[in-house]
This record gives sequence, structure tokens and C-alpha cells, in this order.
Amino acid sequence: MSATAGATKAIVVNGATIETVERGQGRPILFLHPGIGIEADAPVLGELARGGRVVAPSHPGFGTSDLPKGMSTVDDLSYFYLDMLDQLDLNDVLVVGVGLGAWIAVEIAVKNSARLSRVVMANAIGIKVGDRETRDIVDIWALTADELDEVSYFDSASGKRDYKNLPEAASMAAARNREAYARVCWSPYMHNPKLKNRLHRVKLPTLFLWGTADRVLTEAYGRAYCASIAGAKFETVERAGHFPHLEQPQEFARRVLAFAGAPAHAVPQAVRA
Amino acid sequence: MQVYQFTEQPYYPVWNDHSGSLRVILPNRKLDPKIAGDLFHRYYDELLLCDELGLNIMLNEHHQTATCMSSTVIVGLSVLARQTKKARLLVLGYPIGHRPDPLREAEELATIDVISRGRLDMGFIKGVPFEFPASNQNPVGVMDRFWEAHDFIIKAMSSHDEPFNWEGEYFHYRQVNIWPRPVQQPHPPIWSTTGSTTQARVLGEKGYVIATLGSGYATRPVYDAYRQAYQAKWRRPAPADRFGYLGLVAVADNETEARRRAEFVAGYLRTSAIVHRPFRNPPGFLSVQDNARMLRGESAPRSYTKDGRGINMHHGSVQDLIDAGIMFCGTPDQVYDQIVQFTEYCGGMGNFLMMGHAGFLSHEDTVSNLTMFSKEVLPRLREYKQPVTEIAAA
Repeated sequence: MSATAGATKAIVVNGATIETVERGQGRPILFLHPGIGIEADAPVLGELARGGRVVAPSHPGFGTSDLPKGMSTVDDLSYFYLDMLDQLDLNDVLVVGVGLGAWIAVEIAVKNSARLSRVVMANAIGIKVGDRETRDIVDIWALTADELDEVSYFDSASGKRDYKNLPEAASMAAARNREAYARVCWSPYMHNPKLKNRLHRVKLPTLFLWGTADRVLTEAYGRAYCASIAGAKFETVERAGHFPHLEQPQEFARRVLAFAGAPAHAVPQAVRA
Repeated sequence: MQVYQFTEQPYYPVWNDHSGSLRVILPNRKLDPKIAGDLFHRYYDELLLCDELGLNIMLNEHHQTATCMSSTVIVGLSVLARQTKKARLLVLGYPIGHRPDPLREAEELATIDVISRGRLDMGFIKGVPFEFPASNQNPVGVMDRFWEAHDFIIKAMSSHDEPFNWEGEYFHYRQVNIWPRPVQQPHPPIWSTTGSTTQARVLGEKGYVIATLGSGYATRPVYDAYRQAYQAKWRRPAPADRFGYLGLVAVADNETEARRRAEFVAGYLRTSAIVHRPFRNPPGFLSVQDNARMLRGESAPRSYTKDGRGINMHHGSVQDLIDAGIMFCGTPDQVYDQIVQFTEYCGGMGNFLMMGHAGFLSHEDTVSNLTMFSKEVLPRLREYKQPVTEIAAA
């Protein structure tokens, strides 16, 4: 790792200070973390930085990022990121989201994709697929910590953290992440009932990556989601669960960067502003 | 001192027939509606007896649980508003942060106040952690929603001359103009519960009655936080009638019999935490700081005895509960002395919320417990002169 691995900086957007990791040079890669947050020294960020300038913020209310007043939905978060992209004046952005982050990514894309080039959605939540009495997404707040690790990871040991022996900041961030996750995902549970009918607005090349050991979501859910976006591709990542960027960081980055460099002719051309 | 009798109206027949959770997910097939009806009639008979004995009455609600069949407290208040004559009717509490419709709540409570001829006390509460999976209200930010519901209910009850409009963060109404309006002016007294000094200060500033449960000999700092805020705002010491405390009671003419009853009454605490683990701490229910401390394994006991010994109220012995000021148990003299000793420790506490029935305590035992308390302890508590504690503003 380089000397700056894990370094975070503060970016102020609309008066809110956002904790952000920046790594690498070149085309911008906006990494949107899942509901468990992102650790600054996560290996995936370094892997992705081989292919561009990674910008990995902690969402408002997560990590040490401020929570602006009134921000309580994924809709709010997606508008916030549109403002951040404007402020940083990023163009041709590859947006990579995992879980909650993938939901935010696609909510951004349906609103305004002018600054975006491609979208990667890994083990994405955000839409309703089944009928009203069928739960698409496991109720993670009805599980014990061990049960949650069991359904989230290919290897449940991957989720363990010994907070007793970590700096206080780690347990504070974990506690804040848990609260922030529920703030935007409690009800409607982990989805926006309006989103499915808006997905036709996504005109960017889109890749779904799917950790096959995910038992929070089913692969069938992911494939149905993928089928709602014209031309979107679906690829699986083995030996990974709901967080493939953590369990298979190299493979995850390799797939993302291969997609980023692939010709876009197989999918509809992006509509640019 | 005012005394309120409280029971959770439990469906105790299944208390030993669960798979680790008496709440939220215990299938309701386990409840026999015929038996539930019999129990409700019995519990209301016992509360009507309280009215005759000179005790006030406290009701509450919980949801999807064998520990408490009162799932909508308005039903209980409705029964008692008409059938009782003298008792004050305290709801502690009404979980207004969970509910979809504070206009409906204002209408319900105003109607109860009118029918009872002004005997309603309105306790508004956040609700225990297990209520969130049942109500599906987001636990994150629930207190913001709580306070908006509170503000709306007060405004609805105290606006009489023209309809008003409400376009808040959580609730939206037009032409608000409740009929009937409450008889107690400007609105029935407001109570709330908390174990936190921060929230106690908020309640002190508003001058509402603050009540705690299970805080035992750790109650004083919470009360003193209230006193400090009250005195800063109202320029006088907080009177004892601003404080309430829920204590379990088992009284009998001899100690052996009292202890026998106490084992049943303690069933309330011993069952109240039998709930599927993830429901005990939904995200956002506790503060980030408290949750971070728990992740680091630093959570502390909540209940302490007079000499500073931490106890777990859900698993402690009857003696532990007595030592911690959570249970008041013995002969009438002993119970009176224990309550007074605890009240002195509190620096004054004018509302004793008495759990004189819980769980498997039989109807006969309950009647005896309530009757003996009201005849031999209550008159002396009424005569008891409360201390007044001044806490200078910071």
C-alpha cells in the first residue's frame, strides 16, 4: 500500500462535511458503499485506483460524515451526490455501488446522468420484485449479529470485528452506520416503490455484479432488477456474498475495470446532456 | 402521595410455552380468545375494585405480546371512563411517536377526558424497543416524530375558536377542530417516562410529570436533572407531584405470604425481556454513543441497590428487587417503610405507580394485595409529608 492508503479528507458539500477517501489518478470512479459503511483502508479502493481516480465518500450520516437536516431517504442521498458531482466538477464518472450504494447509484442515474458514463451495481437493493406478502430482502434487523454475518458473507468470519481491541472511532463509526442504514432503509424496507417504474430512464451501460453467496438477497432478485434496465449485463462473483468488494476485492475491481474499458456498443448509447 | 394501580393485563397462560420470545413473533394461535375474554373481565373487575378502594388506575399498551393484552389503550380507558367514578385514569403510556394519526389520538383522549369528567392523565412515551418491529415505525428519529405528534395534540386540544392548519415534517392536516374538546383545561395533565438525564431536563423544562421504572437506587440523578431544569424555568423547586415511580408491590399480613406473592408479581420483570434478541435494540433506539459502548462490551447494569450493587431486574431474586427499590414487599409496615425510605432517597416522589398484579398472581391474591395496600398502607402514604428538594440552576 502507498503511504496515503487509508487517508481520508473532508469535502464540504452544501455545508455538510463529508469524509472521503481519494485514491489514484485519471477517470473518476465514484464508489458508493453499502449500508455497513466503508473503511478507509479497504483493499478494494486501492484495487479500483489502478483504473482511475477513486472518490469514496461516507454517505451523509455514515462514518464521520455530517447528516444534513431533513436527509432521510435514498432520494435525498442521490440529490446530494448530484450536488457533489457538480461541486467536484467530475465528468465521465464510473459509478460503482454495492448494496445500498448501488441503490443510490441508480437513483442518481434516473435523475440526471449528464456527468456519468457507466454504472456498476453490486448486490443491489432498491426495488420491489415479489408480491406484497413476499419479502424480497431478508429483514436484517430481525437477525442476530451472527445470523446477519452468516447470510451476508461467503465466509461469515469476514464480517467479524473485535471492537474491544479497535480504536473507539471504529465502534462509533459502526454504531453510526447501523443507525444511518436504518434511517433510509427501515420502511419501505430497502426499496423505493416508485423506482422500478423509473428505471427505463437509465440509458447508461450498466453492469450488475452479484456475489453468489448472498443470502440477504437472491440471485433471482438481482436478475429481475437487471432485466428492468435496458441492456444491463449480469455477472456473478464466486466466493462472495452481499459484499463482494470486501470478500473478493481483486476480482471485484478486475470486473469493474474490464467493464469500464469495454466498448459500449452492446448496450444503448448514453444520452448526454 | 397519589397511588395508581397498574397491571399489564397479561395473557400469562402461555408464559411457559414459547420458543424464546413472548413478544412480536409468538403466534397468536397460542391465545384462546375465550380465555382472553375471561381474563379481561377479571382484570377490569379488579380495576373497578381499585376505584372503590381509593386507588387511581394506570393503563398502558404493548403490541403482539403475551405479556400485555392491552394493545390499544383507548379500549381500556373507554371501559373505565364510564365504569369508574373517582379514580384518575393514567395512560402511561401512549406511544404517540409510533402512531400514524395524532388527530385521532387527540379526539380519542379528549373524549375519554369528557366521559370520565376530567379524570384523564395523558402519558406520552417513546415505547420500548420491541414496539418498532410491530408498528414498523422507523426507530431512527422517532423522538422527532414524537414531539411533533405531542405539539399537534396539545394544539388540537387547546384551540377552540377556529380550525387550524398543520403542515409539519411528519403530519399534515386541514381544518383541525376536534369535537369534543377536553374538559380539563387547557388539556389533561401530561406525563412521560425516561431513564436519561438529558430527556429528564426536557421534561423538567416543560413541567410534565416524569416517571421511571426499574431505576431503583439510580433514580436520583434522573430526578435531579429534572429538578435543575424545572427550577431554572419555573423559578421554584419542582414539587413532589412532578415525580412518578413504578414499583412492584406484594403485601400481606405476614412476610412469608408477601414473599410468596412477590414471586408471582416479579414475573412481570422476569418475562418482560423474553424477546427475540434482535428486537431488543433496534437501530436508532439507543444513542450512537450507547451503541458504540455496547459494541465495545462496556454496557453497565441499569439497576442498583441502595449500597451500590448492580442488579439485573429481569433475573434478580425478590430480595435483590427489594434491595434495589424495584419491589416493595412485606407486611404493611414494611411496605410503608420501604416506600418512604425510597421516596426520601428520591428527594420526594408524589406518584407511586403500583404494580399490584402481574402474571400468575391469582384473582384472590390480587384482591387481597390491593385491599390490604389500600386499607393499611395508602392512608399513611396520603398523610406522609413529602420532602422538597431544591436544585439550584447550573
